Amino acid sequence: MKKLLSPAFAKDSTRLVLSVALTFVGLLLVTFLIGRVVPIDPLLAAVGDRAPAEVYERVRVELGLDKPLWQQFWIYMVKVVQGDFGRSVLTSNVVLDDILRVFPATLELATLATLLGVSLGVPFGVIAAVNQGRWPDQLARVIGLLGYSVPVFWLGLMGLLLFYAKLGWVAGPGRVSVAFDDYVTPITGVILFDSAVQGEWEAFGDAFRHLILPAGVLGYFSLAYISRMTRSFMIEQLRQEYIVTARVKGLSEARVIWRHALGNVMVPLITVIALSYGNLLEGTVLTETVFAWPGLGLYITNSLLSADMNAVLGGTIMVGIVFIGINLLSDVLYRFVDPRAK
Amino acid sequence: MNAGAPLLTVEDLRVEFQTRTQLVRAVRGVSFSLGREKLGIVGESGSGKSQTGRAILRLVAPPGRVTAKKLEFDGIDLMATGEAQMRDIRGKRIAMVLQDPKFSLNPVMTVGKQIAEAYRAHASADRAAAKQRALDMLRAVKMREPERVYAAYPHELSGGMGQRAMIAMMLATEPDLLIADEPTSALDVTVQLQVLAILDDLVSQRGMGLIFISHDLNLVASFCDRVLVMYAGRVVESLRASELGQAKHSYTQGLLAALPRIDKPVKELVVLKRDPAWAGERP
Repeated sequence: MKKLLSPAFAKDSTRLVLSVALTFVGLLLVTFLIGRVVPIDPLLAAVGDRAPAEVYERVRVELGLDKPLWQQFWIYMVKVVQGDFGRSVLTSNVVLDDILRVFPATLELATLATLLGVSLGVPFGVIAAVNQGRWPDQLARVIGLLGYSVPVFWLGLMGLLLFYAKLGWVAGPGRVSVAFDDYVTPITGVILFDSAVQGEWEAFGDAFRHLILPAGVLGYFSLAYISRMTRSFMIEQLRQEYIVTARVKGLSEARVIWRHALGNVMVPLITVIALSYGNLLEGTVLTETVFAWPGLGLYITNSLLSADMNAVLGGTIMVGIVFIGINLLSDVLYRFVDPRAK
Repeated sequence: MNAGAPLLTVEDLRVEFQTRTQLVRAVRGVSFSLGREKLGIVGESGSGKSQTGRAILRLVAPPGRVTAKKLEFDGIDLMATGEAQMRDIRGKRIAMVLQDPKFSLNPVMTVGKQIAEAYRAHASADRAAAKQRALDMLRAVKMREPERVYAAYPHELSGGMGQRAMIAMMLATEPDLLIADEPTSALDVTVQLQVLAILDDLVSQRGMGLIFISHDLNLVASFCDRVLVMYAGRVVESLRASELGQAKHSYTQGLLAALPRIDKPVKELVVLKRDPAWAGERP
């Protein structure tokens, strides 16, 4: 832990915090400009298109839309930092509350999907690389290709048809069954976590049966990507000289592959996994639609379709924050995996 | 082991690579035998010297194919040995020092762990004993701060230190035969001699056999007992190191003539003229 206290680390951390802050301001600027550039009049949404001109003008001043753009941006930034994204026209809730409600649903789905994708995708990729050109490689290739090319909504529908309608192994659309609606007191909003903490195992089981199919579908996509990347990183590492050294030492093939080669593959793989996780956290509209999953993707899309700009901007900023967070996390992990990273 | 029998006998060793368009024959019928002595193999890039070393450990990368009339190590037929038994021989009885420690050490594992791992692969030692062994070996290769080097990652060591760590790793199990594949080519000239001296010391102390692969004829001659000169996958000349001056083959003579000499400066060095007959199959 000496490393964490060194001046070099402190300097690094400062630089990190600065770059995160700068990224965040950039993100706000872009979302703000998009919000002002789109040909949607926020005033019309607020007062309705039959409001008399005086009312229109009064609301314009009240909302501060008569001020210069840079001033508007400043006000906007200050409010966002305080967590105030305004009110959603569509749900008439405070946008932040909406986001805090829908994001845990996406978080739950994306996390389980990523866990599935990593725990299966990495071994798949390694086995494919070790057996390059032979049947396990071909099998992994076909599985991966299917993951890439089959549309997610189709896979979701077929999954529902088979595992829900025909076999009855999993539960249908939605996060929980009607009987368990509002059953668990929300703490984090992640139902699996909340129910487990409160010892509500029946609710946990119900939520899990709802979650496993959409998470499986998304996990399959993540698996397809992660296993392909693992395979190519692995093939590259297996050509390196230190692999020859490991073999010269008389180590078992398992140790050469899983300890020496995979240890080095983890370095680039962290970035790949982080990106894939980030993509899923952004919300996956198609999957959320098929499974009636009240997540971030569905929320942003619905808001966009009804020109609810406050909600759209709030959602966009949330996605941005998630990406910044994921990048930060992968940066930290990177330091643990690669001793060369300073 | 039998005192009279050689440690390693190689007869008609061939290494071939079938590429999509052609058959590349990297080693074409190499034969030699080796006792507990220092044998140098010299040759230019692509002469097959490295592949000869790897073939002895059965570590020629696919699609390479190795054949030999005889490849015998201490009474063991290496061509007929199963992969599991081969793993027992690798590291424990035959080890190899590779060229460049920048690439031949695992970058994400501490040097100490890599040495201890080599030892533990063959000796039934616990973690503490393996660590002790690794530290002893680091001391044996003249590391000034063995504890620090033990905990260091390869990128934190200089080239010379890395190569000494590599030697420590490969000698931790006290093998009978060490193959050193250009062990000093990637190092600075000043460090080369130091590393060579350490290697020489340890090999002599332990009475091991050594195959020293290099492209540096003079270095090999000063360091080894016997020298094999390879050209285009074949041994063109085999002679005692002390008799290098009496080399008969025109390739060896040409190589020697092409070297600059400090006592007889010349304006222009002689350029080796290649004779296609050198690469020809033996009659």
